[in-house]
Amino acid sequence: MTDANSTPNARDASLVVDTELGVDDVEALNVATLTPLQMAWRRYWRHKAAAVSTVIMAFLLIVVLFAPLTARYGINEQVLKIEEGNNIFLSPRKLAWFGTDDIGHDMYSRLIWGIRTSLFIGVVSAILSVVIGTAAGALAGLYGGWFDDLMMRVTDIFLAFPFFVAVVVARAALGNIKWITDIVGEISSIKFIIFLFALFGWMGVARLVRGQVLALKEREFIEAARAVGAGNPRIIVTHLLPNSIGPILVALTLSVIGAIVAESTLAFFGLGPQPGADSTSLGKLVELSREGAKQGNWWLVVFPCGALVLLAICINFIGDGLRDAVDAKLDSVK
Amino acid sequence: MLRFIVRRLLWLPLTILLVTFIVYCAVRTGWHPEQTYKRANPRASQAKVAEYLKVNGLYKGFTGFVRGYFEWFWRFIQGPDHWPRSIKGRSLVYPPLRYAIFNTLRLAGISSLLGWGLGLSIGTIAARKPGSWFDSIANTGAFFLGAIPPFVSGVALQLIFAVELGWFPVAGIYPPGHQGFDLGLMAKHLVLPVTVVTIQVVSAYSRYMRASLLEVRSSDFVRTARAKGLSERAVLFRHGVRNALIPIVTVLAIDIGGLLGGLIITEAIFNYPGMGVYFIKAITNGDIPQLMPYLVITIISVLIFNLIADVSYAYLDPRIRLD
Repeated sequence: MTDANSTPNARDASLVVDTELGVDDVEALNVATLTPLQMAWRRYWRHKAAAVSTVIMAFLLIVVLFAPLTARYGINEQVLKIEEGNNIFLSPRKLAWFGTDDIGHDMYSRLIWGIRTSLFIGVVSAILSVVIGTAAGALAGLYGGWFDDLMMRVTDIFLAFPFFVAVVVARAALGNIKWITDIVGEISSIKFIIFLFALFGWMGVARLVRGQVLALKEREFIEAARAVGAGNPRIIVTHLLPNSIGPILVALTLSVIGAIVAESTLAFFGLGPQPGADSTSLGKLVELSREGAKQGNWWLVVFPCGALVLLAICINFIGDGLRDAVDAKLDSVK
Repeated sequence: MLRFIVRRLLWLPLTILLVTFIVYCAVRTGWHPEQTYKRANPRASQAKVAEYLKVNGLYKGFTGFVRGYFEWFWRFIQGPDHWPRSIKGRSLVYPPLRYAIFNTLRLAGISSLLGWGLGLSIGTIAARKPGSWFDSIANTGAFFLGAIPPFVSGVALQLIFAVELGWFPVAGIYPPGHQGFDLGLMAKHLVLPVTVVTIQVVSAYSRYMRASLLEVRSSDFVRTARAKGLSERAVLFRHGVRNALIPIVTVLAIDIGGLLGGLIITEAIFNYPGMGVYFIKAITNGDIPQLMPYLVITIISVLIFNLIADVSYAYLDPRIRLD
């Protein structure tokens, strides 16, 4: 994970310690013989909230990935049972665990399908923005000079817009340009919203990676790599990125939930994606909950918003755990 | 230092020009001027439409965009009296915008001051004894509250305290039809929106402050301060808090810049007549004359505060190399 050269040295050192100290301090010995990745793994699970969140998220992922099995009804299937009579706006009951909406859809099943779409939006746009940001930041930091200046000014321009304003204005403008919608899909499609989030989500990562690269590039092991004759692309891929993977991973996690919340926020204002007849998203459900609240159908509000809050808390805790995991200083504090 | 500031200051007008041009093009492409005008004024004659297009410089084609931009820019810098009028009823753009700005500043100012004060104090107390019960409660609480999206907490507070319990008004800044200024009435309307924003600010800043102070407390100069016999209190405030605030000033400046555009969600939920509601109305109507000044003012404020953030960071922490 981190600088590969340090691992064998650490092992050697621990062997020396072993012979000198005997079996006095088993705990210290264990830490010394672990690889950096194992140490990070251990630090991660020591963060209790992150551990709990990971379990919840894993469970949720399984439920969502096997949606055809775990959902009780299809996306557009209506809850129908003649004895129950009217099937719209049913409150939670055995027939529909989380109640039904205005056209008799089962909320529990819709929620699973919706989380599925929202997680997809979140993960894909997070990966895209992290890839763009990492590339921009690494190149700017490594090459420096006018290129760095230019990249940072471009970043400034993108940072000049508050996120919500930027997304709303860019959505209207880019959605009206034909060659763009030909490539990334119609304005109301999920592909388009992912494109928008990636377009305005990379700046933070770019600044972060640039800072990391600036700090790392003066270090001896980079100099050594240069001396051996490694070129810039190789240095970036094999030395700089593996050494800054920690903060990048944290940024990735947080930008997943950022995108999920942003999609719901846009949908709340009626500007979200329309996933189409055979799909739904958390945002779409949140949008409907607005009507639900007015009519006193609490289950239409509580379940989608609750799911959103649960996702937000879990993913934030996972990000926090990752931050601890990549921070080697925590081992000495303990 | 000076060179850095001068260079950034020279970049600023160029960035502003470039960004406003991009925004102008985006607004022109996003909202078709002729269609939106006809939608807002269904019975407008062809001559009226042509006049609207001409007055606003809404020419077609790329050269038309450039020419239109410079004409718009010239009108804009001449002052509010020269700004093109709104497409709805040809009303002036500046008075409602000014009203919206002051409303937003009021909401943002109160909740930011409250949020910073509370957040920074909570963070400081928490970092004094890491792992104590106060620390765990404050940190976990801040984490949970910060993770709740503002529109969820906004709607929840509105449903509970306004609709169900009826303690506070549901929306707006005054009851409909109210005239003049009334502090008590306004305060009552402000409670819920201020709470929503303050929750966000407190949860963010208490965590920043805690992390930053913990970082500082483990540094060598704090140990030196203790070693020379300073009281724990003096160490905390004279050395700890002062240095912990350095990175926070940066975040603060960036946040202030974003405030004007950032309260849209809260304002929309409580129908608070600030810039967010102004913005939503303008985009719904496709009102280009209203939209442009809003966007330009927002962007300039963000750019200036981002610059202040960069400069203040470098100024407060001399270890940072600028070139």
